[in-house]
Amino acid sequence: MSTASLPLPNWISYGLMPILNLSVAFLISGLLVWLIGESPIDALVLLLQGALGNGEGIGFTLFYATSFIFTGLSVAVAYHAGLFNIGSEGQAYLGGLGCALVALALDHYVPWYVTAPFAVVGSAIFGAAWAFIPAWLQAKRGSHIVITTIMFNFIGAALMVYLLVNVLIVPRVMAPETRTFLGGGRLPKLDWLMAMFGLKLGPAPFNVSFLIALVMCFLVWLLIWRTRLGYEMRTLGFSPSAAAYAGVPYARTVIIAMLISGALAGMMALNPVMGSAARLQVEFVGGAGFVGIAVALMGRSHPFGILLASLLFGILYQGGNALSFDMPGISHEMVLVIQGLVILFAGALESMFRPALVRIHQRLARP
Amino acid sequence: MSRDPALELVGIDKTFGAVQANSDIHLTVERGTIHGIVGENGAGKSTLMSIIYGFYHADSGQIRVNGKAVAIRDSQAAIAAGIGMVHQHFMLVDNFTVLENIMLGAEGGALLAKGIASARAELLRLENAYGLKVDPDALIEQLPVGLQQRVEILKAMYRGAEILILDEPTGVLTPAEADHLFRILEVLRDQGKTVILITHKLREIMAITDTVSVMRRGKMVATRKTSETTVEELAELMVGRRVLLRVHKGDAKPGDVVLSVRNVSVKDNRRVTMVDNVSFDVRAGEIVGIAGVAGNGQSELLEAIAGIRKPSSGDMLLNGRTVDQADPAALRDMGVAHIPEDRHHMGLVLKFEEYENAVLGYHRKAAYGRGPLLDRKAIRRDAMEKIEKYDIRPPNPRLQTAGFSGGNQQKIVVAREIERDPTMLIIGQPTRGVDIGAIELIHRRIVEMRDAGKAILLVSVELDEIRALADRILVMFAGRVVGETARDADEQSLGLMMAGISA
Repeated sequence: MSTASLPLPNWISYGLMPILNLSVAFLISGLLVWLIGESPIDALVLLLQGALGNGEGIGFTLFYATSFIFTGLSVAVAYHAGLFNIGSEGQAYLGGLGCALVALALDHYVPWYVTAPFAVVGSAIFGAAWAFIPAWLQAKRGSHIVITTIMFNFIGAALMVYLLVNVLIVPRVMAPETRTFLGGGRLPKLDWLMAMFGLKLGPAPFNVSFLIALVMCFLVWLLIWRTRLGYEMRTLGFSPSAAAYAGVPYARTVIIAMLISGALAGMMALNPVMGSAARLQVEFVGGAGFVGIAVALMGRSHPFGILLASLLFGILYQGGNALSFDMPGISHEMVLVIQGLVILFAGALESMFRPALVRIHQRLARP
Repeated sequence: MSRDPALELVGIDKTFGAVQANSDIHLTVERGTIHGIVGENGAGKSTLMSIIYGFYHADSGQIRVNGKAVAIRDSQAAIAAGIGMVHQHFMLVDNFTVLENIMLGAEGGALLAKGIASARAELLRLENAYGLKVDPDALIEQLPVGLQQRVEILKAMYRGAEILILDEPTGVLTPAEADHLFRILEVLRDQGKTVILITHKLREIMAITDTVSVMRRGKMVATRKTSETTVEELAELMVGRRVLLRVHKGDAKPGDVVLSVRNVSVKDNRRVTMVDNVSFDVRAGEIVGIAGVAGNGQSELLEAIAGIRKPSSGDMLLNGRTVDQADPAALRDMGVAHIPEDRHHMGLVLKFEEYENAVLGYHRKAAYGRGPLLDRKAIRRDAMEKIEKYDIRPPNPRLQTAGFSGGNQQKIVVAREIERDPTMLIIGQPTRGVDIGAIELIHRRIVEMRDAGKAILLVSVELDEIRALADRILVMFAGRVVGETARDADEQSLGLMMAGISA
């Protein structure tokens, strides 16, 4: 038994370790801010105020978080089946096509709450369809899912640009985007929810898709830990050989897991496309698919963890915007560096302190 | 006769979390002896050897080599202190030659030519001194297992080992190869080297060692002169109570043919034919044992019968129905239960909680769910019943499976498969890495299944186990069944068949 695999109490694994990772990321970020001659304390205060200081800031934070919940769930579902889906970005992009087509078709005729279920299904189907080919290639031909999903991000981006420039564009308009949806194709803002806490949303695009995201959190939890399918996915994810022994059909399970993963990524489009811009734009995903990987890693692929990690990244996004706006010394690129550091420490290096913590815990826990 | 000690351990302690793996270990190994260390799995043998070889650090205690205290921080330090280790799983680069493997890590500079020349000379010297003959230019992958092991020994000798530790060295060897290994060890001893032999095979201890130490639950419970002890005494020391080494069973009453294997061939993942045109029957109420050295096609044959691997040709019939294309789930529905050879690799998902593993493969059964959902209450109730019936410890279905000992993990698998009341039971290595207490229980349950009229196919590399349980013994060599004998066949003729020499 190596030290790294020894069990730690949950409060360390799920509490102390993420906080430690986050603190190190902020510490190094602070050092960078200090190096370029600004005050790290001021920067932190600005960041937090921008993200959480008022109704509008919170609204934007939750708006970003909503997108990350969808993509984080997408990565997590595939991960439970042992698949590393790097393609949430592209699947979300195609999901945008699905919900835009629904909105464009229905917004003249029905109110938003009639359009919404169709848009959910449409975005899910388009996202799932974009995940299907890499899934099939993995299941039947053994092509590695990481490679194929990365390639499909690029193919998806090219396809969407083509469609937006040549097919969906409004005649005699320069911007490669669809027409603006009417009310029947928009998801309403959650002013009332904010008002319940005595906050004013202002222009922030915090909308109904947040509630859809919460429902998806519950459904993913149900799927992974309470259904036979989820049991089979976890068996495959932990041990492909045990799955073969147990008669879990490999190809079918891989494909289903990726379809669900793609569908969740696709639903992310509801938030920016129908909840905010009210039109389909080029590159509307804006890296949320990749942030989903960090969110899933940091949230340990558990919906509740993903919810918390999404909120954190929402704060970073919104707070970062506020920071680069209010502190002239800190450019947008600097904010990206800070976000990158958090992803690095909370995501990629999430187990860095584990061996040391195991050692300390062992020493302290010994009777 | 008191020789000076080559290796002394003084008060070694090691804990992993709440588990005390080694507790106040004192051991003296005399120079020029073969010292056996026996103990059940989990008794702490491997941990102790890992401490001596520098993989782990003792929490407290001292290691003395030639009377001087040494700090062994890593395996480099162990080698410098003259300690060499032959691991159970060989640490060789398959597509390197013998010479390249022996030099690996001791190349002696950036350019190889000089190192190769001196290694070749040293190899020749070792060959002459100890009779360790092996072609230095042969590729490892082309050598039989016995010779690969010899290369491991040479590797240790090349690095100047005076104390050689062998961890379960005979698991992969035929009886003849094991005899050969023992002769080499005797030569090494007679030349003044010290050998530490870790094994759970008591007969090997009796055959080769001078002194034997017994470990139980992290403690060194006894050290005996081999000539002054018996297998029964050692077994009792290992377990802490009297144990039954033989299984009591009456004669088989074979009924109808349940499984019929006809001219089956199976290829492995590299498309190499591992099972070559094998035919046999298994009848209700009998245990058919398949003996053979590991790697002669038994694993692939088992996987084919269990539906995990598709045979490349031939037919398999279960109660007269063709099942070559059936998957494991379909076979389970037809009453085939399978205790796989490797519980870590196949039989269990170690990260699952115990109750989740208690239904692995049966999770689609109606009793365990409602529609798409799992009925976790029913599963846990079921798991709890099996825990009680098989005395699985700790009796907690919510514990992660990796936290159970090897014997208890195996009982989880055995309980799951046997309690299903199958008509056909396929068993691979039922007691590998399982403590003696659990072996008794598992063997008893297998015989009970036979007496209840089940057809049982048993694969084991432990000849003793096959001889104790099987009613008929088939011997596999190089993918073919090379012979069939009754259960009371003598060991020598079985050993010859396992080496591919037909009787």
